[in-house]
Amino acid sequence: MFWRPAFFRHPEYRVGALDALGAAPGLAAWALMTGVAMVNSGLSTFESVLMGLIVFAGSSQLAAIPLIAAGAPMWVVLAAGFCVNLRFVVFSAHMRPYMMHLPLRERLLTGYLMTDLSYVQFTRRHPQPGGEPQQLLAQQAYLAGNCGLNWVSWQSFTMLGIVLAGLIPAKWGLGFAGIMALLGVMFSLASSPLRWVSAGVAGAAAVVAFALPFKLNILVAIAAAVAMSLLLEAVHQARSASSESGA
Amino acid sequence: MSGETDLWTVSVIVGLALITVLTRSLFFISSRPWQLPRWAQRGLQYAPIAAMAAVIVPELVMTQGQFIQGWQDARIFAAVAGAAWFLTHRAQRQAVLGTIVAGMFVYLPLHLGWGW
Repeated sequence: MFWRPAFFRHPEYRVGALDALGAAPGLAAWALMTGVAMVNSGLSTFESVLMGLIVFAGSSQLAAIPLIAAGAPMWVVLAAGFCVNLRFVVFSAHMRPYMMHLPLRERLLTGYLMTDLSYVQFTRRHPQPGGEPQQLLAQQAYLAGNCGLNWVSWQSFTMLGIVLAGLIPAKWGLGFAGIMALLGVMFSLASSPLRWVSAGVAGAAAVVAFALPFKLNILVAIAAAVAMSLLLEAVHQARSASSESGA
Repeated sequence: MSGETDLWTVSVIVGLALITVLTRSLFFISSRPWQLPRWAQRGLQYAPIAAMAAVIVPELVMTQGQFIQGWQDARIFAAVAGAAWFLTHRAQRQAVLGTIVAGMFVYLPLHLGWGW
């Protein structure tokens, strides 16, 4: 698991931690504002601390707190949390071949700690699931470093936000730093023309479908972008195949 | 400490934590041998960048569900500054960090000073 010495000593542990560190100030600003929002929505200090510590999913927390404040039925709050988190289900399909060598308990723990950021940085660093034991170790070490640093940073700033809730107005817009972090990470992923297409389609679809509840526009956008990229890939392959046979 | 803690809210919070585990692990809970079709595996290579763009773009160009009117918006200038920083420093290890700093360096004065 995350505290194995074999991970700390592995060079990939440092690489994973440094990748997370680059984006950490942006996500820390998000964590801070999530802490502020929890307290301002009327959660008690204990409830805010508990939610920050165990839910560990900013967008799901932000979707849940107005519903809790409005006294919505429990199943409504949980269903909202589930819908907001549906993008993670897609990510888990991608992560399956990287995870199946682990026992169930470790798979669940790793999944639990894997935020959007850790998922995209991990699959960028390790585009192919490992086959050899050394590769598997390197991938686990990267995840331990990346998720570990992300967890400590996110939790510290959530707690700071809970403490400073009355002092930081949302209108300062500090949370915008989170968007800038993701912007940088997005550019770091743009390694081929089709990936730019994927980003463009997803961005446009997310705006068009914005009115959907529970952030489902994000899921629609990912589906549209993946479908379009696969289609263009297939067209490109068919073209190069026909030009080869024609020549 | 502020507010009263009630058992209902605590149960909802525990439920949300379980949903975090469930959704983030869903496809690797079962250990039955099973593989995604090839096309789906290839398609998922495009999911990370799509997820980033899907979160970012509405946050840059929309305000309360409406497309922004006009160009006097701090977010646009900040995004241009952040993008310019990344594209000129992409070889550096901490280009993402620079993107955040450059973006906020433009965003905060425009947003807090000019009220954009």
